[in-house]
Amino acid sequence: MDRSVSVPTPRPPTPARGQRIALVDLLDRLLAGGVVITGDVTISIADVDLVRISLRAIIASIRPEMDRVLEEGDDVRDEPIQGVVVREDPRP
Amino acid sequence: MTETGIYVYAVSRDLPPAAMEGVEGVGGAPVHLIEGRGLTAVVSPVSLGEFGEAALKRNLEDLGWLERTARAHHAVVDAAAAHAVTVPLGLATVYRSEDRARQSLGDRHEEFDQALSRITGRTEWGVKAYADLAATGGERGAQDRGDQEETSGARPGTSYLRRRSEQRQTEEEARHEVLVAADRIDDELCDLAATRRLHRPQDPQLSGERGWMILNAAYLVDDERADDFREAVVRLAGERPEIRLQLTGPWAPYSFATEEEAWTEV
Repeated sequence: MDRSVSVPTPRPPTPARGQRIALVDLLDRLLAGGVVITGDVTISIADVDLVRISLRAIIASIRPEMDRVLEEGDDVRDEPIQGVVVREDPRP
Repeated sequence: MTETGIYVYAVSRDLPPAAMEGVEGVGGAPVHLIEGRGLTAVVSPVSLGEFGEAALKRNLEDLGWLERTARAHHAVVDAAAAHAVTVPLGLATVYRSEDRARQSLGDRHEEFDQALSRITGRTEWGVKAYADLAATGGERGAQDRGDQEETSGARPGTSYLRRRSEQRQTEEEARHEVLVAADRIDDELCDLAATRRLHRPQDPQLSGERGWMILNAAYLVDDERADDFREAVVRLAGERPEIRLQLTGPWAPYSFATEEEAWTEV
């Protein structure tokens, strides 16, 4: 799916060129890297609000599981009941 | 009819023109080369209706557009980097004409020349580390509960507070421990690299990763040390079960296209 390789792997990780890479890894490099020269179109990437990009990404990819973790993560820790707290997802 | 601009992806040295034949840039436009004083700019035409100032500002905040453009940019840079030493340019560097692009690149000739020399024979590798503290925290929590049952004579409220305080302390220690471990991983990898640049920790909503990101670094590694570097990542990944390492690359040297002084704080 992307060319990042989780290690340890049975063999040394040798990611190949051309495999699909994770967008987030690419954006790390494209938004913070590269030679910045002032083109005729003078918008600077630094002006781009990454917070807004992140928010849009969140809206665009609502993942119920992740939402649940975010909503309940701290509650679960503070729960005075011992043991793993399992909650039913109220959504159908 | 919309005006056409010139999108500049990268500057290479000794890039054979045949290497970029059939390569498509943003919007599927064919890529071509602009030569000047021993350097080659890799470019393609773009519509200023899409890449003009106002449009660009709007489009850069549209994640779908950003992804398409980033992937197209990367495909061109990667193709050039596979054939010749290549300095990537920032995303969406656009000129009104080929002449303007040529002129601007000529003005910056010295800088590109130095950048190309700095990265010749070297490749960028990415290393990300995640700590999975929930796993260790859970184990320790279970242990604490065992202790608690043995001393069940204490008042429930008091022992709960004490347990919480101990748990917090344990969590704090665990966090500190993995940060120290991340520093050590980074130190060892720095020893094998020509230089290193830290990127900001990634947004878990964008990466889809649940672990706590404790390292997001790019290393510029001499090609003859690439195997040593990869082996070191594998070795370090096996050292601590609660820390996961991911290696990415080889990358064109995006993170090292500019001199260290020009790196913006991330």
